[in-house]
Amino acid sequence: MYDVIIIGSGPSGLTAAIYNTRADLKTLVISGVKWGGQLMLTTAVENFPGFPEGIQGPDLMANMRKQAERFGAKFIDDDVTSLDASSRPFKVSVGDKIYEGKSVIIATGADTMWLNVPGEQEKIGRGVSSCAPCDAAFFRNKNVIVVGGGDSAMEEADVLSKFASSVRLLHRRDTFKASEIMQKRVLENEKITVIWNSEIEEVLGDQKVEKVKIKSKGTDNKRLRVHKPKAEGNDLLSVEELSGNILKENGEELEWEMPIDGIFVAIGHMPNSKIFKGIETDEKGFIKAGENYATNVEGIFVAGDVYDHEYKQAITAAGYGCAAALEVQKWLREQE
Amino acid sequence: MADLVLTDQNFKQEVLDSKTPVLVDFWAEWCMPCRIVSPIVEDLAKDYGEKLKVGKLNVDENGQTAQSYGIMSIPSLLVFKDGQVVKQMVGAQSKDNFKREIDSVL
Repeated sequence: MYDVIIIGSGPSGLTAAIYNTRADLKTLVISGVKWGGQLMLTTAVENFPGFPEGIQGPDLMANMRKQAERFGAKFIDDDVTSLDASSRPFKVSVGDKIYEGKSVIIATGADTMWLNVPGEQEKIGRGVSSCAPCDAAFFRNKNVIVVGGGDSAMEEADVLSKFASSVRLLHRRDTFKASEIMQKRVLENEKITVIWNSEIEEVLGDQKVEKVKIKSKGTDNKRLRVHKPKAEGNDLLSVEELSGNILKENGEELEWEMPIDGIFVAIGHMPNSKIFKGIETDEKGFIKAGENYATNVEGIFVAGDVYDHEYKQAITAAGYGCAAALEVQKWLREQE
Repeated sequence: MADLVLTDQNFKQEVLDSKTPVLVDFWAEWCMPCRIVSPIVEDLAKDYGEKLKVGKLNVDENGQTAQSYGIMSIPSLLVFKDGQVVKQMVGAQSKDNFKREIDSVL
């Protein structure tokens, strides 16, 4: 029997583990097959305080894990299959093994959201990817698209520009929501062309990604709104100049296609809350919590991106993990 | 058998001409998810014993083989039987998942 079972091992889960083991709670971290969370799929993290030169995401996570292990946290690198929240102690299943905990912190984070367009799913690993740092090297001297407008899309585009011969950054709006510094990096990159107001409709190709069908809005006389590499402001560009061809035209809307070798999807993340029966979520799947980071089930707490739909930063996730751990300690004392 | 190092040079002999099915782990030094999968692959090698040959191929050093099988994401685990790819698994997954997939083609 554990005092607390932490499900997940990103910044929130590992911070919770550090705080709980230091409070002498018997702590089990069920870290998941892909332990370490989203930062394992990044390169340099430049906004985590304490690392003036930045730190590689995977190194940061390995350090946090070592720190938790040093204080006695136990780890299981496998995925939780279910949580029985109907009675105490809570029962957490991993395949056919069951672990019992007096309390639980759900810190399962969020996973890549895919585009959900025809042709996408079957080409994951065959040109469709969500991890530029993992796969960029396969696109040396090739042409790729990145989809998205936030910080992670900017990072993907930047990483890919070191390998690919051209990067087209496709965004459905005409401005980015990424931080200024990341936007600047992209707009000043000599290989990245931003294509505004555009969405992928279909991924085409036989065995691998070969072509992509795109719908663009707000076009001007069959020309797309773009930001050319290193340009001062926005420009108009014809589909032909991007080696594409027009399929359909409808006022200020164009349907067109272009040959492409790779598509990197960075449009956001979906909270990993599906397996938790009986735990209340909002309509998007984020787990709801009161002011003490308590879920609707007494004794079950939440931390990190599975709860946070607002900030989604490594440092806020760590902060939530700390808060949830302190609330667990308080709650366990009250039970005695 | 997980310490079998595959290269562009020995791939035909060790994999394509192998009498037993072969599990090939396509990986690279810089790939974090590969480091997660690597110990799982070693476990699989132990579990399957004589029934499955297991080898690792570094895609940076052996681009020719990686390219000819259209590897564009790593880790990728491929199962070869009689010189043919009978299964392709992309990304980090649980050992049970890998086992299920491998069992379905053995």
